[in-house]
Amino acid sequence: MTPATHAFPYLTVLVLLPAGGGLAVALSGWARSLPRAVVEWFGIAVSLATLGLAIAVAALFSTTSGGFQFVSDHSWASGLGVHWELGVDGISLFLVLLAAVLFPIVLAGARTRTDARSFVAWMLLLECACIGSFVSIDLILFFFFFELTLVPSYFIISGWGYTRRAYAAVKFFVYTFAGSAFLLVGILVVAFAHKEQTGVLTFSLQALEHTHFSSAGGILLFLAFTAAFAVKAPLFPFHTWSPDAYTEAPTGGSMVIAAVLAKLGTYGILQFDLRLFPQPSVDLAPLLLTLAVIGILYGAIVACAQRDLKRLVAYSSLAQMGFVALGIFAFTTEGVTGGVLLMLNHGLITAALFLLIGWIYERRQTWQVSELRGLQAPAPVMAGAFTIAMLASIGLPGLNGFVSEFLVLSGTFLTHRWWAVVATAGVVFAAIYLLWAYQQVFHGKVDLANSRTRDLSWAERMVIAPLIVVIVFLGIYPKPVLDRITPTVNALIARVDAATHTHQPPAALRGFAARHSVPMTAKKATS
Amino acid sequence: MTDLAVIATPHIRYLAIIPEIVLLGGAVLLLACGSLVERQLRARVATVATAAVSAAALGVSLWQWSDVTSHGAFTAVDHAVVVDGFSALVNVLVSCAMFLTALVADGYLRREGVEGAEMHVLAMVSASGAMIMASANDLIVVFLGLEILSIALYVLAAFNHRRAASGEAALKYFILGSFSSAVFVYGIALVYGATGTSNLAQIAGFLAKNVLAADGLLLAGMSLLVVGFAFKVAAVPFHMWTPDVYQGAPSPVTGFMAAVAKAGAFAAFLRVFLSSFGLLRTDWQPIIYALAVVTLLVGAGLAVVQRDVKRMLAYSSINHAGFVLLGLEAATARGVSASLYYLFAYTFMVIGSFAVVTVLGRRGDASHDIASYRGLARRQPALALAFAVLLLAQAGAPFTTGLWAKLQVVLAAVDHQVPLAVIAMVSAAVAAYFYLRVAVLMYTPVPAPGAAPGVESPAENAVALGAGARGAAGTSAPGEADRSMPGTGPGQVDVAPQLVHARTVWTGDARNVAALDRLNAGLLLDRDPVTLALAGASVEQPAPPAGLGLGTLGGGVETVAVADEVTASPVRVPPLSAVAIGLCLAVTVVLGFWPGPLTAFAHHATLLFLP
Repeated sequence: MTPATHAFPYLTVLVLLPAGGGLAVALSGWARSLPRAVVEWFGIAVSLATLGLAIAVAALFSTTSGGFQFVSDHSWASGLGVHWELGVDGISLFLVLLAAVLFPIVLAGARTRTDARSFVAWMLLLECACIGSFVSIDLILFFFFFELTLVPSYFIISGWGYTRRAYAAVKFFVYTFAGSAFLLVGILVVAFAHKEQTGVLTFSLQALEHTHFSSAGGILLFLAFTAAFAVKAPLFPFHTWSPDAYTEAPTGGSMVIAAVLAKLGTYGILQFDLRLFPQPSVDLAPLLLTLAVIGILYGAIVACAQRDLKRLVAYSSLAQMGFVALGIFAFTTEGVTGGVLLMLNHGLITAALFLLIGWIYERRQTWQVSELRGLQAPAPVMAGAFTIAMLASIGLPGLNGFVSEFLVLSGTFLTHRWWAVVATAGVVFAAIYLLWAYQQVFHGKVDLANSRTRDLSWAERMVIAPLIVVIVFLGIYPKPVLDRITPTVNALIARVDAATHTHQPPAALRGFAARHSVPMTAKKATS
Repeated sequence: MTDLAVIATPHIRYLAIIPEIVLLGGAVLLLACGSLVERQLRARVATVATAAVSAAALGVSLWQWSDVTSHGAFTAVDHAVVVDGFSALVNVLVSCAMFLTALVADGYLRREGVEGAEMHVLAMVSASGAMIMASANDLIVVFLGLEILSIALYVLAAFNHRRAASGEAALKYFILGSFSSAVFVYGIALVYGATGTSNLAQIAGFLAKNVLAADGLLLAGMSLLVVGFAFKVAAVPFHMWTPDVYQGAPSPVTGFMAAVAKAGAFAAFLRVFLSSFGLLRTDWQPIIYALAVVTLLVGAGLAVVQRDVKRMLAYSSINHAGFVLLGLEAATARGVSASLYYLFAYTFMVIGSFAVVTVLGRRGDASHDIASYRGLARRQPALALAFAVLLLAQAGAPFTTGLWAKLQVVLAAVDHQVPLAVIAMVSAAVAAYFYLRVAVLMYTPVPAPGAAPGVESPAENAVALGAGARGAAGTSAPGEADRSMPGTGPGQVDVAPQLVHARTVWTGDARNVAALDRLNAGLLLDRDPVTLALAGASVEQPAPPAGLGLGTLGGGVETVAVADEVTASPVRVPPLSAVAIGLCLAVTVVLGFWPGPLTAFAHHATLLFLP
């Protein structure tokens, strides 16, 4: 469990590289004659460099440890005990990779018509904030990055969005900011409780996770943290900002917000709620599970009723995030592993879907399903890419969505059977609305307006190809990812079990028998 | 004769009050010598002299700081003055604020044609009052400082005698301010009556040794002191003067008032209530708690509905006052340090913000409507970026001193008052909304040619004109432009006049060319939207919007154009103002990334007497 350290400050550079790039782009405003292509390519280059670094981190990541790796720790505000403390574990590693993969794709594939310079600068700043949130293991530092994500996303929605962008941006901002107000106070209260118990004022996650809380206090703190994360995710009753924000944001904004930013919510629940408040997490799990199941069904049913492709994907995202929460609060290795994997997979799939929908809009200036028809004939490549992304989202075996959804549902079934049973209906609904939308848009007899739709250009094929490749690859061979996630998840589950003096069926492969009580020590030995 | 001789005059340790002496002496000297300088040179000399005096005051304050940290705090002048880390830090803060204000005021005075040394002199006197309040160890001296601070401020608020609003603001401030001063003095009298002394340390000593059987007198006195202070720091419900005065006063004065008056009053507030009445904290904490709650919520809530940026910043300063009250309510050493940190961070943010507002106020200092900030980023990217960062810092954006400051006070509050901390953060969320509103408006392009400077080629610009959209320069997706037109778009009406420029001049109407040339005089031609619009118009003819017959508008072009010039042309940023804004920005951002020094600084700024 000793954190692996490296001489080269990978994570610090990983965080600061996009920020530096963004700053350079912003400052290039003084060089007015600079062509926009230069700015755009510079942005892509910076995000590709970040991706290279993230891949290096993933390659060097040790699969044997469940703790934080690549830790770098510097005192930042000495009087306050705030540290610049960064580290990755199996959970955050793939979210960092997800962000690093998606930002170059956004910058290359979802360019804006106007003011490319500001757009690139905001995007790079957003990348810095996202990666920074995933690798911060000091709570105040995490909060800083968590808040920092709001500013660029607000500007991206309100600056390049569609008709109701001002409304959507404000709603997005106010919801999430109000949520994080509770988070900050919660963090400070935790730190003070820790200070009272040990005499040290620190915000380091690894130190704070040993803090004890009274049961009522723990539940309040859990709720304060979860409020911020549930808004961000979004989970069911706190989701109302998301369809507006996803729909009104520009294509790149929708991709990033749905695919990366939303993961901050579920990541926060995993990394902070479960570590800091294991007992309240277990106590309130039925509540969260119920909300997750409601979210799954509600999202799926509402998605069925959508006639607008972008809103349809937005509601399907709500359902998918419900699955993530379901997996997490099942408290089984499979469930949590599936939840983490689903965060990654949902990010890839949603980004692909939003990107394709954005391209459809570029060609046809509409998202209305009723106005699109038979696109398969004029645009076969686009139809093919859409098919793969759509089927992955439904959870077809062989594509990545299946692996994670299966793990989540089987993991939940072990401990919370009926929730899993009901949630499975969400999978059926997903098939209904996605297949319906696909059929309407791509099949059928093509009419005059749709017959002239351009197929994907070579540049666009190059942009979507990595996503499709990863979607297929992770569907066939998820082992490299699971190998890195599992140690961390096992450690996390073990910690929750130890703190709550309960135990969950640990072994993924032992299935049904594992539910029958076996003494804990014996179980540790077998798993 | 002999009777007079027995009155003991205290030994005065001049080094203890050297920052005040430097500022006051500088003010007197400047007033005396300023009139001897030739009129043309007077403004520049006054600015340079004020900046020099402020820098000197900053120097001696820092010397005081090092002296206090190495040799410890002490009292002087018969215990009427205290020199401790707290007072030294406030002196540093006030000196910085004075320095920055001098730089900002210079450009303002020239623009408004009211050059002269008087404003600088009054500001320095006022600043010395704030310093006196911070280092006072006696209620009478606190009052002395309060009056020195306030009376100069009343005059400063009225300084721009060409604006009726300025006089109105000053009168309002004066009448309400003198009421509050009277209340404050009454409070002092009652406290003196209850304890038999006006010395802060002795009051604390008296209260430590005696338990008052009937403490009504003392409690009444304390309440009146709270009222007096709450008025000066603009805490709700004693804030009524703030929006009007902040809006009416000359913009640099508003910035100064928001920073220095608040710092001085809060310094005395903290010292009096913690040093003297620290033992009675259970009596006054609930009052401060209530004050903080309403101040936070009302400040943030009412700021949302403002249309005037100065008024909005006034309400935002009320919200900030609520945050500083959190530190006072905590009544701990950490609380004091947090409040001071907050004041320090706030000073730079608010002076910087008002410096931008001053510059954008244009001649007459009246262009403060929120709509006039639209599209600022295209006209003046540097200024817009600076203002956006300062506003975000006030909102508490990460990696600025703003969030560290909020973090510190909330940390102090969370120690025992979690609900208060939650309320504070919720108010911060509301506040963030209105700061962002201005920030976003600056980055929302003015429709059509107003957005031109960022566009690469005239041809694209012309397309934007033709589409009539928000400067959508795209050529391959016309539908994109249609769809992306803001539905709420208050700016859409502006399209018409802009098109009229382009069109009329394109057709070669000599009269209008001359009118536009006059407009362009003094503007930077390469950035001027009108010029770029012309370039665009010569490539492609923009279609006049429906319902606008060009012929009928021939005579109206000039007036339309003038109105347009007021809102859409870049303003000249005086170099000294630019320096001041740059300094404020640097402090806000650099110390936001590297909070160590200031945190340590504030951490050592302890009160000498803290029970």
